[in-house]
Amino acid sequence: MKNSRAPSRIGPAPAGRPVPPYRRGSPAAATLLPEERPFRVFGTPAEAAADPVLLLRLYGGLVRGRRFNTQATALARQGRLAVYPSSTGQEACEVAAAAVLAERDWLFPSYRDSLAVVARGVDPVEALTLLRGDRHTGYDPYRHRVAPLSTPLATQLPHAVGLAHAARLKGDDVVALALVGDGGTSEGDFHEAMNFAAVWRAPVVFLVQNNGFAISVPLAKQSVAPTLAHKAVGYGMPGRLVDGNDVAAVHTVLAGAVERARSGGGPTLVEAVTYRVEAHTNADDATRYREDDEVAAWRAYDPVNLLEGALRDRGLLDDEAAARVAGEAEEMAARLRERMSADPVPDPMELFGHVYAERTGQLEEQARGLRAELDASADAAAAPGRGDAR
Amino acid sequence: MAQALQRALRDAMAEDPSVHVLGEDVGTLGGVFRITDGLAKEFGDDRCTDTPLAEAGILGAAVGMAMYGLRPVVEMQFDAFAYPSFEQLVSHVAKMRNRTGGAMRMPLTVRIPYGGGIGGVEHHSDSSEAYYMATPGLHVVTPATVEDAYGLLRAAIASDDPVVFLEPKRLYWSKARWSPETPAVVGPIGRALVRRSGSSATLITYGPSVPVCLEAAEAARDEGWDLEVVDLRSLVPFDDETVVRSVKRTGRAVVVHEAAGFGGPGGEIAARVSERCFHHLEAPVLRVAGFDIPYPPPMLERHHLPGVDRVLDAVARLQWEAES
Repeated sequence: MKNSRAPSRIGPAPAGRPVPPYRRGSPAAATLLPEERPFRVFGTPAEAAADPVLLLRLYGGLVRGRRFNTQATALARQGRLAVYPSSTGQEACEVAAAAVLAERDWLFPSYRDSLAVVARGVDPVEALTLLRGDRHTGYDPYRHRVAPLSTPLATQLPHAVGLAHAARLKGDDVVALALVGDGGTSEGDFHEAMNFAAVWRAPVVFLVQNNGFAISVPLAKQSVAPTLAHKAVGYGMPGRLVDGNDVAAVHTVLAGAVERARSGGGPTLVEAVTYRVEAHTNADDATRYREDDEVAAWRAYDPVNLLEGALRDRGLLDDEAAARVAGEAEEMAARLRERMSADPVPDPMELFGHVYAERTGQLEEQARGLRAELDASADAAAAPGRGDAR
Repeated sequence: MAQALQRALRDAMAEDPSVHVLGEDVGTLGGVFRITDGLAKEFGDDRCTDTPLAEAGILGAAVGMAMYGLRPVVEMQFDAFAYPSFEQLVSHVAKMRNRTGGAMRMPLTVRIPYGGGIGGVEHHSDSSEAYYMATPGLHVVTPATVEDAYGLLRAAIASDDPVVFLEPKRLYWSKARWSPETPAVVGPIGRALVRRSGSSATLITYGPSVPVCLEAAEAARDEGWDLEVVDLRSLVPFDDETVVRSVKRTGRAVVVHEAAGFGGPGGEIAARVSERCFHHLEAPVLRVAGFDIPYPPPMLERHHLPGVDRVLDAVARLQWEAES
């Protein structure tokens, strides 16, 4: 039935004039606006009530995550990785994102999120093949329900929506959690994904890791929205603002959003306010676009130290236990170093391996050509007199 | 042809519950060309879904649906409206299988009504096939007959690879009628067909230009030319075999399409033919294409679209003698 009632604030129409027969969209929910200040657990009364078992589990995740970041950065310096976009300072977001998902749920990471991918259970070496340069995606996305790392910005968000929608159509109790950076919120795909998710009430959670910079462009030049979480309101979904360095807070908010999605409540946009203390990648000079003071202040507000302090204050962690966790992380790093010291030798014929389900005639021909080139160079290498000055 | 496409969608949806149609206006309205008419009623909104108006979102969501095991069939309303989805198509649809080492399939079909000749205003008549052809990982097909409209669309939906399915708008209302008894071959994608046999030259064409070439072949008969018409049906994969066999026999070839000639499909086809048939050619491979201009306003489109006369002019130039 048509809704022919005009919004009341317009007032009564002049006599004899037609009234615009507005059609309204969905009724707006009252609680969509994000909090004034990022939600925190540490330093608030909620800290004392936080689950010790969960906190200790997250602590292990953060310490391993930090060690993973420093190790991968070192591997990039040694040339073992072509590039490494560090998530140092953002470990709380990465670890909490993986921790709130059930096994059947899906994670949609961006290129900076190899830590979340590893925390989800993917083999670290397989998670790094993109950055190492031997394969685009080293892991089977279906094994741990982790989509390939997405390098184009925000394009993975509509995938998360579509997958969650498909799962719901099939009657499966599956939630998709998609990660995106502050810069990514400017992309059209971010907007389209948010809108689709809201209209379809898809069981999706969007986590914006607002780390302050899109390569070198600060948030102030990226968006003038009061917060990025405010962007949710226009789509008709709740926006939540959370302290991205407070792992207990990120976990609480994400767990709530996942629960809401799972129970049919629809999508949520979560903005985690954090900071990228390292450069965009090892190839970038961050001193050109930000002040040392700012970086130092954020280093002082470190997610690992924050959690460690909270645990020690409550007597949940002592030097011995901390050393044990650090030792485990060190072992993980040593294993990673060792496994990354091998030089991968991808098979050149892989180039034609997975372009189509059935290889086209054109690719058959090109594959034969490459095979012949490889055979010829192998023959030349094996031939006697190689290296003769002839 | 519209009827055949609609029937293909209905049959595919009835046979396979994982086939989902989505796009702008495909539900209640049945699509602006009515190709999806009745599908929402028959299969429900969840199988034939009116989406928000956002092409990147539609295709991006379809990628996620395909990841989860569905077979999405996306309708892009018009050729030039598909461009916002280009990043999803190029960066994800075309590459997903390759990126994941074969672990992730993209069994989705993107239906795009394309080409001119229907008096549409700007952005409603583009021939965008060269963009798709230039993207490895996609199949690109286009039917010219009602049988192919049915058979190729069924094959596209059944394919485990992503298929860009280009529907020639001006053939939607072709006189040929579809009936369930119409013989339709749902074969593998990638086969060209000789629509008309001939001995003096080969017209290589596809989609909306196929009827033009058939008409030209009839007209040329009076001039003593016996023209063969090869309908490519599939631009990717490309059927070199059928094309080469024909040109080796006739010794002359003209490529005909309405997309712009520069950087267009004809250049690729002419090069392939030249490389493979050089010693059999009596004349250079010629191209008859649309002008290298943005698609013109409707009152001028008849001057732009390659018609019978332009094809015949090219055939006349095949009586080629090398300059000394």
